[in-house]
Amino acid sequence: MVLGTYKQIVQARATDKQIQKISQDGGIATGLLCFALDEKLIDGAVVAGPSDEMWKPEPTVALTSDEILAAAGTKYTLSPNMWMLKEAVRQYGLEKAGIVTIPCQTMGLRKMQSYPIGVRFVADKVALDIGIFCTENFPFESLKTFISAKAGVDFELVEKMDIGKGKFWVHTADDLISFPIKETHGYEQNGCKVCLDLVSELSDVSTGSIGAPDGWSTVMTRTESGETIFSKAVDAGVIETTAINEGKFGLEMLTKLATSKKEKAMKEIDRRKELGLPVPYKASNEKEDPLANV
Amino acid sequence: MLARIKEFLGMEAKPKEVASEQEVEKVAEEEKAKPRIGYVHLSGCTGDVMSLSENYDILAPLLTEMVDIVYGQTLADVWEMPEMDLVLIEGSVCLQDDHSMHELMEAREKAGLVVAFGSCAATGCFTRYSRGGQQANPNHESFVPIGDLIKVDLAMPGCPPSPEIIAKTVVAVINGDMDYLQPMMDLVGYTEACGCDLQLKVVNQALCIGCGTCAMSCPTRAVGMTNGRPEVNSDRCVKCGVCYIQCPRSWWPAERIKQDLGL
Ligand SMILES: Cc1cc2nc3c(=O)[nH]c(=O)nc-3n(C[C@H](O)[C@H](O)[C@H](O)COP(=O)(O)OP(=O)(O)OC[C@H]3O[C@@H](n4cnc5c(N)ncnc54)[C@H](O)[C@@H]3O)c2cc1C
Ligand code: SF4
Ligand code: SF4
Ligand code: SF4
Repeated sequence: MVLGTYKQIVQARATDKQIQKISQDGGIATGLLCFALDEKLIDGAVVAGPSDEMWKPEPTVALTSDEILAAAGTKYTLSPNMWMLKEAVRQYGLEKAGIVTIPCQTMGLRKMQSYPIGVRFVADKVALDIGIFCTENFPFESLKTFISAKAGVDFELVEKMDIGKGKFWVHTADDLISFPIKETHGYEQNGCKVCLDLVSELSDVSTGSIGAPDGWSTVMTRTESGETIFSKAVDAGVIETTAINEGKFGLEMLTKLATSKKEKAMKEIDRRKELGLPVPYKASNEKEDPLANV
Repeated sequence: MLARIKEFLGMEAKPKEVASEQEVEKVAEEEKAKPRIGYVHLSGCTGDVMSLSENYDILAPLLTEMVDIVYGQTLADVWEMPEMDLVLIEGSVCLQDDHSMHELMEAREKAGLVVAFGSCAATGCFTRYSRGGQQANPNHESFVPIGDLIKVDLAMPGCPPSPEIIAKTVVAVINGDMDYLQPMMDLVGYTEACGCDLQLKVVNQALCIGCGTCAMSCPTRAVGMTNGRPEVNSDRCVKCGVCYIQCPRSWWPAERIKQDLGL
């Protein structure tokens, strides 16, 4: 199954107008974390917060809704969120931590939970992992190149960046500039080329824009706890849902993109293995389902 | 029990099919025997056994119902090392310390399974920095992971290994859960650990994705993240290997994770 195991898949968005305004897509990450915090299902969360530098995120432990809101919006560059998890537990004393992770960070988290070899009493403190979709990520210098050289915009003026419909979009207060996503190729980090997971297959709740109309998100609940928290948020009216679009621009597109990411990665995994380079994943002839994240 | 552990550890061929009912009963009887566990303390700081004892909730039933501690300083009142099903060895071994060398060899001889318990035993950890010239014996200079001298069956690195991994491993051994133990059998070969492995084995190999798991797991805070890549302060690194072991790009236990998550 290229979308991983899930309990339900829906189209959803946060009902709060402010969250809708500042978030990347349907505000699921921000909305769900704020709800979980209010309901004391978590007592804080690791998010990709702002740093001194525009558009360069800094993994941050958010203890209030305001701090969660301050991290809304996608920053298309590296934010080592896993780094702050121990800090969240030790320094901030979180007993029930939330965290937002892209798929590869989810993998670091889950490996640490199944094999907490050298990490004491952190694994059991993670109450909610919201996994966001991810096709690729960029070093900060790559991002700068896109904005200044390709879009020709001053970094400071950028209000939002987005990837969708085959383009990289740069929003400023009075302009919307785009260039084909093809032009970003070669700028992504190398580790992404062997990544088999688009949709955070191992998260509690995973969400992204692919398959949903503007202002909405696609959401998959995966684990028991993820399903419980998401359902509570929906029951409380904090998140509204509609049925997933099964068609061309919905589930079909999501499946297509998840499949093509896996196929591309498998080619690269096989290529690297032939060269004798290390890859932690199996070659396609070593596994039953060539697209499984193993 | 030993046969069972060994079988699950892939050390012996599967036993022949049991023919009669009596034989089945006999096997069942034998399997009820509690595994005899020893503890050998070489050159380590006792942190590993402290970590073990932090499993308060499972420790009492573990010690009284599930295993017999048959050897170990402060744990069992015996001088002679008995035959053991499994021995946990904490600490690296000092090549100049005849007593330690002897104890290590004896443990290998008398134990069915040898576990390198903690990073000192598994990778040498901070004892790798020893240069001798200190009291009580200035001659004690060269400390190596036990795997350099004897065959090790299972490595459980960590400075110290977390109480949880110890509990999970104990449960896996008792259940004969071979799949869970496999990574720790593979780690037996990882005796030359260093924070620089993040650069050599992950970044240099086009695998790093800047997740920060390494920096999170380092027990000495030797690892920071700069521009999305680990940066190791070698002055702080104790060569425990934990950062590289926890990195999602070093080895990937996908099946176990899915099972644990119920996915
Ligand atoms: C590098 C990257 C690539 C992505 N690629 C895709 C894609 O191809 N297709 C797709 O559908 N979705 C992709 N997403 C996810 C998408 O952009 C949205 O983040 C997601 O839909 C959540 O939107 P939201 O409105 O629910 O989140 P918001 O409510 O806006 O919250 C966003 C959350 O994401 C976290 N975050 C922001 N930047 C990062 C980062 N760099 N690393 C880790 N966490 C971060 C913040 O902490 C915040 O909590 C990508 C995200 C990232 C970070
Ligand atoms: S593509 Fe995969 S490896 Fe790259 S940033 Fe996204 S989740 Fe991580
Ligand atoms: S744990 Fe993450 S950040 Fe650290 S080396 Fe591995 S992939 Fe890179
Ligand atoms: S950097 Fe930290 S975790 Fe890695 S080997 Fe050194 S001390 Fe251990």
